[in-house]
Amino acid sequence: MGNIGVWKFIGRRLLLGLATLLVVSIVVFAATQLLPSDPARAILGRDATEQSVNALREELGLDRPAVEQYWDWLTRLVSGDPGESFNARLPIMDYIGDRVLNSLFLLVLASVISIPLSLLIGAYSARKRDTAFDHVSSNVMLALASLPEFVIGMFLVVLFSTIVWQVLPAVTVIASGEGPWNHLDQMILPTAVLVLGAVPYIARTARASIIEVNESDYVEMARLKGAPEEVVLWRHAVPNALGPVFQVIALNVAYFAGGVIVVEFLFNYPGIGGALAASVRVRDIPVIQFLVMVLAALYVTVNLAADLATVLVTPRLRTRLK
Amino acid sequence: MTQAVRIEGLRLEAVASGHDIVDEVELTIAPGEVLGLVGESGSGKTTVGLAVLGHTRRGVRVASGRVFIGDTDMLALPERELREARGKLVSYVPQDPSTALNPAMRIGRQVVEVLEFHDFGGSDEARRARTAEVMHEVLLPSTPDFLRRYPHQLSGGQQQRVGLAMAFANRPKVIVLDEPTTGLDVSTQAHVLATVRNLTASHGVAALYVTHDLAVVANLAHRIAVMYAGRVVELGPTAGVFDDPGHPYARYLMAAAPDLGGEREMVGLPGRAPSPGKRPVGCAFALRCELATEECHVAFPPPIEMRPGRMVRCVRPGAVPDRTKAPPVVASSSTVSEKPVLSLRDVTVSYAEKQVVHDINFDLSPGECLVLVGESGSGKTTLSRSIGGLHHEWVGTISLDGKALAHSSRDRSVDERLRVQYIFQNPYSSLNPRRPIGASVARPLMIAGVDEKEADRRVGEMLERVSLTAAHARRYPDQLSGGERQRAAIARGLAADPEVLVCDEVTSALDVLVQASIVELLAALRRDLGLSMLFVTHNLPLVRSMADRIAVMMEGRICEFGPAHDIIERPQQEYTRRLIADTPKITVNGHKDHPDA
Amino acid sequence: MTALPEQQSTPAPPGVLRVSWRMWRTKIGVAIVSLLVLIAFFGRFIAPFGENEALGIPNDPDLEGSLFGLGKLGYDVWTRFLYGGRPILVQAFLSTVLALVLGTIIGLVAAYNRRRLDDALMRTMDVMLALPQIILVLVVIAMFGAQTWLVVLAVGISTVPRIARVVRGTAVSVVERDFVASAEALGEPKMRILGAELLPNVTAPLLVEANLRLTFAIAVIGGIAFLGFTSDPGAANWGLMINEHRGVLAGGQPWGTMLPVIAIALLTIGTGLIGDGLSRAAAGIDRGTVDA
Repeated sequence: MGNIGVWKFIGRRLLLGLATLLVVSIVVFAATQLLPSDPARAILGRDATEQSVNALREELGLDRPAVEQYWDWLTRLVSGDPGESFNARLPIMDYIGDRVLNSLFLLVLASVISIPLSLLIGAYSARKRDTAFDHVSSNVMLALASLPEFVIGMFLVVLFSTIVWQVLPAVTVIASGEGPWNHLDQMILPTAVLVLGAVPYIARTARASIIEVNESDYVEMARLKGAPEEVVLWRHAVPNALGPVFQVIALNVAYFAGGVIVVEFLFNYPGIGGALAASVRVRDIPVIQFLVMVLAALYVTVNLAADLATVLVTPRLRTRLK
Repeated sequence: MTQAVRIEGLRLEAVASGHDIVDEVELTIAPGEVLGLVGESGSGKTTVGLAVLGHTRRGVRVASGRVFIGDTDMLALPERELREARGKLVSYVPQDPSTALNPAMRIGRQVVEVLEFHDFGGSDEARRARTAEVMHEVLLPSTPDFLRRYPHQLSGGQQQRVGLAMAFANRPKVIVLDEPTTGLDVSTQAHVLATVRNLTASHGVAALYVTHDLAVVANLAHRIAVMYAGRVVELGPTAGVFDDPGHPYARYLMAAAPDLGGEREMVGLPGRAPSPGKRPVGCAFALRCELATEECHVAFPPPIEMRPGRMVRCVRPGAVPDRTKAPPVVASSSTVSEKPVLSLRDVTVSYAEKQVVHDINFDLSPGECLVLVGESGSGKTTLSRSIGGLHHEWVGTISLDGKALAHSSRDRSVDERLRVQYIFQNPYSSLNPRRPIGASVARPLMIAGVDEKEADRRVGEMLERVSLTAAHARRYPDQLSGGERQRAAIARGLAADPEVLVCDEVTSALDVLVQASIVELLAALRRDLGLSMLFVTHNLPLVRSMADRIAVMMEGRICEFGPAHDIIERPQQEYTRRLIADTPKITVNGHKDHPDA
Repeated sequence: MTALPEQQSTPAPPGVLRVSWRMWRTKIGVAIVSLLVLIAFFGRFIAPFGENEALGIPNDPDLEGSLFGLGKLGYDVWTRFLYGGRPILVQAFLSTVLALVLGTIIGLVAAYNRRRLDDALMRTMDVMLALPQIILVLVVIAMFGAQTWLVVLAVGISTVPRIARVVRGTAVSVVERDFVASAEALGEPKMRILGAELLPNVTAPLLVEANLRLTFAIAVIGGIAFLGFTSDPGAANWGLMINEHRGVLAGGQPWGTMLPVIAIALLTIGTGLIGDGLSRAAAGIDRGTVDA
């Protein structure tokens, strides 16, 4: 589809995404400048001498003008060097690189399970609209959608790891350097929490979207033209129902980014969510800055993908771009 | 001759409540015949149309009856055979092609598809050829480039032609057309109607033409069936029904229909048809019928053959309600006053920095009704919104009593804002649904600084002036019919005690009878209050009885301007002539003859 | 001219609240939420022990006179539970109200003043949406510590763009309707148009969204406490309680975890049911399937 408009659209969206990231980076960096306490003192403790604090400030570059510090941080971040952890006094990538991978694995696993599952449930309830199945599933979805992740997590732990059955590990024990894919039994509960949190939203949107399309004039027209039901479904209904579903999938992958924090903390999973909570506890500013940027980048990327997918399945949007 | 369509004792009801949506429908259509099914919104005409394809919408079911296409009962067919019959034996042209065409499919595919479903010609080659042929038949190009377009890349008229192409593709025996020209300009409508007429005649296709617009079927249909509240109340040859309606409702319908060729005033009838579940035991029209007697409330009158081929469901067929005896049109004496109340000088309007209306000059005299007529996109609404202070992108001078008005209503004085009142097209959108009618009507009074008690009294007065009651002040828009809402909106305008009323397509969202009653109301207000009126419309017949002068707008310019009678009888410009020629007329010499007659 | 046939006078069309109240799910939701609000606010008056009263060995499951046994530091689990609901409820409620007010104003202003101001406001909202709520709150906590008012502010402000989007989305179509133009033609002040013409027409989706956001606020604030960030680590708090006691779940003393988990679950399901009732009512009114 050699369409210049589409490329222009991608370019514009890419720029917008980068602009968003830039603004987030400025805000995050400015936030650290607002810190009421001096990071150098925070690191060295209250008993440190004024001299050693000043020395550390210089070493960390905290005595330079804010704009210069920001520019320095940003250029190094873009080139793949987010700096050094205050707390561990190690390069962040050494300390957190594995964890980024582990979290990514958890997110991908949860997405790969939750997206098809919820589309299936959504499509099936749309077809069985107003039947017992639809009512039961919509009420279960409502309950699941209301529950916070840590509550779902605790219920699963009670059910499968402690009081009722002891069949699954309640915490993950994955050594650094060891991939979580080697401990799939330990992945079950953390993944399940994320899946149970996301499925209700995607399934409900899919159901509503399919029902709306099903009641559209063009689907009625297809039936009046004598189209077989499978043609009605796959040629007329599904392509028009995809747009809103893509948007919700994107929203939910972004939601995972928030959910991993509690889930990783709950199961002691060695990912960035747990690391973020830990860094907040000790005010490890460079690590917090880096992780926030990683999560914002994830959000921007996923939304970009969803917008692109929506445009590709919607000719009206696509051709307008010419 | 065997009938192409035979509907027997058809009853459809709401699944949830079991209330009748349509009942006791008996119709036949001969091959090559066009049957016009006429009714107002909610009369059940579309439901009948869909039942001919064996289709019901969600929440509706067939309770009893049979629908034969030839010898096939569409309502008794198993799923698979029903599918094979649809689109091949009988096909459907939807009301709104912009929503009935799949937005994600190229139009060529959508036409070819219907051939594939029924294995037309047995090969892709044959189907491609047929697609090109049928596109030609509906006067559309069949170039690969055109066939590769998506629906949104077509104009409304082209979209409807694609709808016709899909319907005629498999050379069906029967075709159901559901208001296929609603929303199209008169010229496009004229082309679509001509296409339908030619295709049905040349291929011997029986057609059921569903519409609310009498004028449209007057020259197309061989016979007319009039529906009211779910029942066919009158059926007969077009000429007979039009010249001498047998049912009082049909008479009202004729009297209310705007007619460019007519020499009479339009007569309206307030109120609305009872909806399913609220229909009375007797004749559903009895509640609104001035001829109704006690027996009308006992049972729905059985069909009576008034004349051979003329069926009427009324105990007094052919009786004429007094109110439908319309007075003839009195040619209005165009008042040319020396001092105009509103005048426009060199007004040029832009929309999003694009000029859409150019160099408009006209004066509106006190008490005059000036009609601004034009097709969609002619700039007439944009111009009227500029006068009302709702559109700000214009240059030139608009003056009220000699004093130039500011662009935005906000910059005009309170007095100026009140003296020009704007009545909107859609009464479903012009009243705040979250506020009682009285509160909406009181707003101009509040702005004029009237105290609350006095305002209350004046609101009641205004509502009565538009034939509502003071009690309507406490109701919400949802509880009113479309006609009542428009009356309330007019009452709001009157509350400002205006000099000029700008009416923007004020009847286009309303049914025929209600439309006529609103036109009557406006004429009375003008007569009684001496209001000056700027009436904006696309519907030339509508204004025939009211207009003093007419300004015809085309592509943002006034292309012809003059006394109403002159413009309609002796149009000078080519565009005006075409506009008048394309407008369907009810009273023309010689209706279409029945093919059997 | 004939007068129209007199109709029977009918009451005002039912609002979303009234329609939703007819549904059993709303009633159950309201009952559950009321019960938990009662526990959270008045439970402390029937608490058998003091909030910080150590009664014996930590996590002793069957101490005489203690309904659910002891928990961390030997406190009475039942007492801690009765004290621990209020902070979450108060904070969630306040942050939602804050977000509701700001989000509604921003949404209405954006919808009414199309083009530039709309663009500027909504772009800002988009950037704020780039970060999950809980992360924004964590960043604020990292900067200033887990002070209560800060958490309320952070949750509230991070909820603003979500409410503003919904309000704007609905209001944009209301702005297009003619009664707004009619008010403009009469020269009504902008504030009146926002407040009297637009606002009453966005209340249905606004109520639904507010309820959804309240549910999320409970989740975020409970989650933050669960992660261990509260202004007073010694004070009872359901979120904190779960974390403090989950280590002894298998050790014969599950109540320190189970009581608050069940309470939060019921609370969020209750608000969820109310929200579902509201949205069903709103959809029904929109579709005209509800009799006026």
